[in-house]
Amino acid sequence: MDAFTQSFGLALSLIAQADATLWHIVGLSLRVSGTACALGAGIGLLLGAWLAVARFRGQAVVVGALNTLLALPSVVVGLMVYLLLSRTGPLGSWGILFTPTAMVIAQSILVVPLIAALARQLVVDALREGGDELAAMGAGRLLSALLLLAHERLAVLTVLLTAFGRAVAEVGAVMIVGGNIDGVTRVMTTAIALETSKGDLPLALALGLLLLGVVALINLAVGLTQRRGAAGPRLAGGLAG
Amino acid sequence: MDLNKRHWLRRALNLVLAATSLAGAGSALAQANFIVMASTTSTEQSGLFAHLLPVFKAATGTEVRVVALGTGQALDMGRRGDADIVFVHDQTAEQKFVADGWGLKRLPVMYNDFVLIGPAADPAKTRGKDITVALQKVAAAGAPFISRGDKSGTHAAELRYWKAAGTDIAAAKPAGETPNAGRPAGYKECGCGMGPALNIASSTGAYVLADRGTWLNFKNRGDLAVLVEGDTRLFNQYGVMVVNPARHPHVKRALAQGFADWVVSPAGQAAIASYKIGGEPLFFPNAGQ
Amino acid sequence: MSRAPTLTVLPAAVRAPLISLQRAGVHYGAQVALREITLQIHRGDRIALVGANGAGKTTLLRLLNGLQAPSSGQRALCPVDGAPGGRAPVSAMLFQRPFLLHFSVRRNLQLALWLAGVPATERAHRLQGALQRVGLQAMADRPARSLSGGQQQRLALARAWGVQPDILFLDEPTASLDPSARREVETLIDEFGHAGMALVMSTHNLGQAKRLASRVLYLDAGRLLVDLPVDDFFNRTDLPPEAAQFLKGELPWT
Repeated sequence: MDAFTQSFGLALSLIAQADATLWHIVGLSLRVSGTACALGAGIGLLLGAWLAVARFRGQAVVVGALNTLLALPSVVVGLMVYLLLSRTGPLGSWGILFTPTAMVIAQSILVVPLIAALARQLVVDALREGGDELAAMGAGRLLSALLLLAHERLAVLTVLLTAFGRAVAEVGAVMIVGGNIDGVTRVMTTAIALETSKGDLPLALALGLLLLGVVALINLAVGLTQRRGAAGPRLAGGLAG
Repeated sequence: MDLNKRHWLRRALNLVLAATSLAGAGSALAQANFIVMASTTSTEQSGLFAHLLPVFKAATGTEVRVVALGTGQALDMGRRGDADIVFVHDQTAEQKFVADGWGLKRLPVMYNDFVLIGPAADPAKTRGKDITVALQKVAAAGAPFISRGDKSGTHAAELRYWKAAGTDIAAAKPAGETPNAGRPAGYKECGCGMGPALNIASSTGAYVLADRGTWLNFKNRGDLAVLVEGDTRLFNQYGVMVVNPARHPHVKRALAQGFADWVVSPAGQAAIASYKIGGEPLFFPNAGQ
Repeated sequence: MSRAPTLTVLPAAVRAPLISLQRAGVHYGAQVALREITLQIHRGDRIALVGANGAGKTTLLRLLNGLQAPSSGQRALCPVDGAPGGRAPVSAMLFQRPFLLHFSVRRNLQLALWLAGVPATERAHRLQGALQRVGLQAMADRPARSLSGGQQQRLALARAWGVQPDILFLDEPTASLDPSARREVETLIDEFGHAGMALVMSTHNLGQAKRLASRVLYLDAGRLLVDLPVDDFFNRTDLPPEAAQFLKGELPWT
């Protein structure tokens, strides 16, 4: 328990000191994972919507494969991307190994299955409610799927937050493709891993608490936006009777 | 139609790359004036680079980006061409690296030493100045011993000391047999870095061979203490090699050579010597020797 | 409607229909939902579709509207006004519980107009007209889902009105509404019919059928047993026994 209290105090003093290196690390974590989620959303939402309405032989197999990829270990993704981006690999000439770009790519690959699988389920469920009506109004299958994603945007937001959590908390992929280079590709999770292996456990825990704190702030901000969006109709509903 | 599709694909790809680059904009991608150096976790964890590299950057303007792995992995990185320069501590492996044509000339830079760490109570009675004798006592007592088992320079050295003490660890594991056949009773491999190995030793009261740099920086000591030091066989030599541009044309040869030349120059050697923890220097420059 | 309608031109002697079913059937594997339906919907028709639960009313509506393809037989769209070069009929559909998106009333209407291919220049005008027609102007910027049941159904009617359909399909449109809301919606449906839309409406409410329909179709176990003008349906004594029993309200629950 002593390690925890020590870490908590350490975390607070780290924030108070506003150490530039630390904030750079935090900022990089957010930028890498945020960009990866944005990219993953673009691909994953489209993929999920398409899979919800596509009819082709082997569709069940593709969906099964997608759901299996939910369990893709981050270190495996890191390894695959490393092999792709290594100078001896097919994309070596891009020269982006050990840069934040490589980290974004790896984390995007990690979150796309998550976003696609959840989006697909969202659309399938929503189609049961409104698929007929949208079709009657003249919407094609894929368009209906996309409209339903816009319709269920609060649920989609939760999916994206889940993806962000997965990305910002993972260490396996960013460690391998980023190399944990001080000042360049060191993010919160790799910094925690480093401090742990150096034996500085209170600092590692403190950084962990800091990471959770930052994510909590983000969730708080998103929750407030959701609450504001939802409060409107509830008020109006009361008046309309 | 096909041409249009390819055009759009390329535009989309560029957009994706641009977006992902934005994530790191401002900090790293802005300048091309950097080299990637593959080195070892023990060197990085000793804190040497945080001390040394800013001096180099101030002198030459070149940024050195260190990717810290085990020695074996660092050399593999050099072979793959993912690093411009390699800085490790396993003389045999380094010489092979150069002989196989992966690296330009090997330059000795500095040495540090290994120490035998163990529980302060020292149940195997290893305390002293002779590493071979100490390891024999550990084996005889069946005391727990943690090996890094990760192809690192430290691991390679550890295996050499065991061999000198009469136990060929690598050979004592015939294929298919139980893992510990022929090995000392308490011998365990973690496949991990120096820090984690020390963590395990600290929690299980085991003996472990460590480099002094990591030990001095290690904060989770528990009741671990230095038991054997000063044996000249425990000295650990570091070498630096520029990756051969003939094998990997993209290697930033000029910048990498700049680092290699600087670190063996009087300025670089002085910077190494000035790195101390608690008043103690960790590394002893010996370039040109 | 199907997105690429093939138009069938029937001989001029027959009063030009809009949709024609020729011995059409629908089955899901071994289960038969509709069998051998031959039926035509003409401009000006006001059809009530009645029958027990499970008789196939919803399936027939979906078949007519093109949401469901026939497993046997034919469904044909005929050019409006009967001329060979005429356009295909436009349809709209109301469901028992209208599906409204989590957007404002206005947005929902705009979406319906956009999906129907109404050109951008006309959309604003039609939107206003539709809101006025159903009396929802005041609610234009409210979230659609915050409206009451009756108001939501009126919004669905506004969606239909904006599209200016030749045929309006309705699947038990007032079944979930309280009496006053039901009256509002029935009035609007009646007015739509007077404005020239053909109406095809399934209902459990025989009084509603009497009030709104000019023609009644009775379905039993997937077969079309009766197709008569409304007065004949309610007053003749020579109806098939299932229909007669249905009217007497003695139909066993399925």
